[in-house]
Amino acid sequence: MKDINISELERKFQEKIDKDIKIEPKDWMPDDYRQTLIRQISQHAHSEIVGMLPEGNWITRAPNLRRKAVLLAKVQDEAGHGLYLYSSVETLGANREETIDDLHSGKAKYSSIFNYPTVSWADMGAIGWLVDGAAIMNQVPLCRCSYGPYARAMVRVCKEESFHQRQGFEIMVQLAKGTPVQKEMAQDALNRFWWPSLMMFGPNDAESKHTAQSVKWKIKRHTNDELRQMFVDATVPQAELIGLTIPDKDLKFNEETGHYESGAINWDEFWEVVKGNGPCNKDRVDTRRKAKEDGMWVVEAANAYAAKRAIRKSA
Amino acid sequence: MSKKEWPLWEIFIRSKAGLSHKHVGSLRAADAEMAVENARDVYTRRSEGISIWAVESKDVYASDPTEADSLFEPSDSKVYRHPTFYDVPDGISHM
Ligand SMILES: [Fe+2]
Ligand SMILES: [Fe+2]
Ligand SMILES: [Fe+2]
Repeated sequence: MKDINISELERKFQEKIDKDIKIEPKDWMPDDYRQTLIRQISQHAHSEIVGMLPEGNWITRAPNLRRKAVLLAKVQDEAGHGLYLYSSVETLGANREETIDDLHSGKAKYSSIFNYPTVSWADMGAIGWLVDGAAIMNQVPLCRCSYGPYARAMVRVCKEESFHQRQGFEIMVQLAKGTPVQKEMAQDALNRFWWPSLMMFGPNDAESKHTAQSVKWKIKRHTNDELRQMFVDATVPQAELIGLTIPDKDLKFNEETGHYESGAINWDEFWEVVKGNGPCNKDRVDTRRKAKEDGMWVVEAANAYAAKRAIRKSA
Repeated sequence: MSKKEWPLWEIFIRSKAGLSHKHVGSLRAADAEMAVENARDVYTRRSEGISIWAVESKDVYASDPTEADSLFEPSDSKVYRHPTFYDVPDGISHM
């Protein structure tokens, strides 16, 4: 190893990436590649975990048993996604507990969408349809990410996400063809979640400082704007089909390009939420921190029980 | 590792009888029994398995990727281990 210099290792590394050979945990990788992945995968993990909160808010108030069972299963899946991802972070040498503590101290970020409140049952529909829909757009290309453990986690996640989007859309369909009040609920949820969903893809390409290097490393396969466009093109016709209106006066279909053109996104709002000033930032992080603190006795009790069991076995 | 942190376990799942256990990922658990219980919830929520193995990650001894070339080279150079290396005269079947 000693006689091979770093630039030679980097050249060989990029050669593997270019040939679509996956990078595995013990393979040599540039430090920046490792740090980029640790940041991205842990943010993704935190998003799955914090993402349980807005929906968890409605589990006890689901309108019937079927909806309740579905929502419970969906939220449980999100917990699973968080766990697959924390395992992936650990393969990069990051410490799981420190990673989680970074979330609790406000040092680490998570998807800004989860800092919006869920004020009506229709929000469960809008989240499944739009938020999981946007997550799928982001995650499908990540199944081909150059880092093996992340790519494999994404394959599992994507298989599970498709039910998430469908159950949300089903709620919207039901409400949209219900009473005028129910339809109004669905429209209101769409109004509140549409723009934050578009922001989920991150800043415009011109503003996105990590994109170029991530594309070169095949961590990212598409830019933020490309993914956002794919989402808009897929979602607008779905809204039309169920008689709901996308809350964008400037939205129009361009016959020539075959794409929808959206109005301007309020990036000031986005950055405010990212900075911690969204409607629920404090509440979300406080809830997670409290969950860890209040749950610490479970960690300790399980350790004590495991120690007792080990003694009994060796006796 | 602090005392409070649970150890890391590698999880292997047999998806159906007749197939071998396959690595699916890892998780944290206080002991082996708990690792299997947690693996049930984390990795088999949709009937992905009929059997689970849990191996503590620190017990996995792995080959060194930087030595992979010299470790596997001997098998790369022995093409005569493959049936395609041999000429079979026309008219011979079932061989
Ligand atoms: Fe998820
Ligand atoms: Fe996700
Ligand atoms: Fe989801």
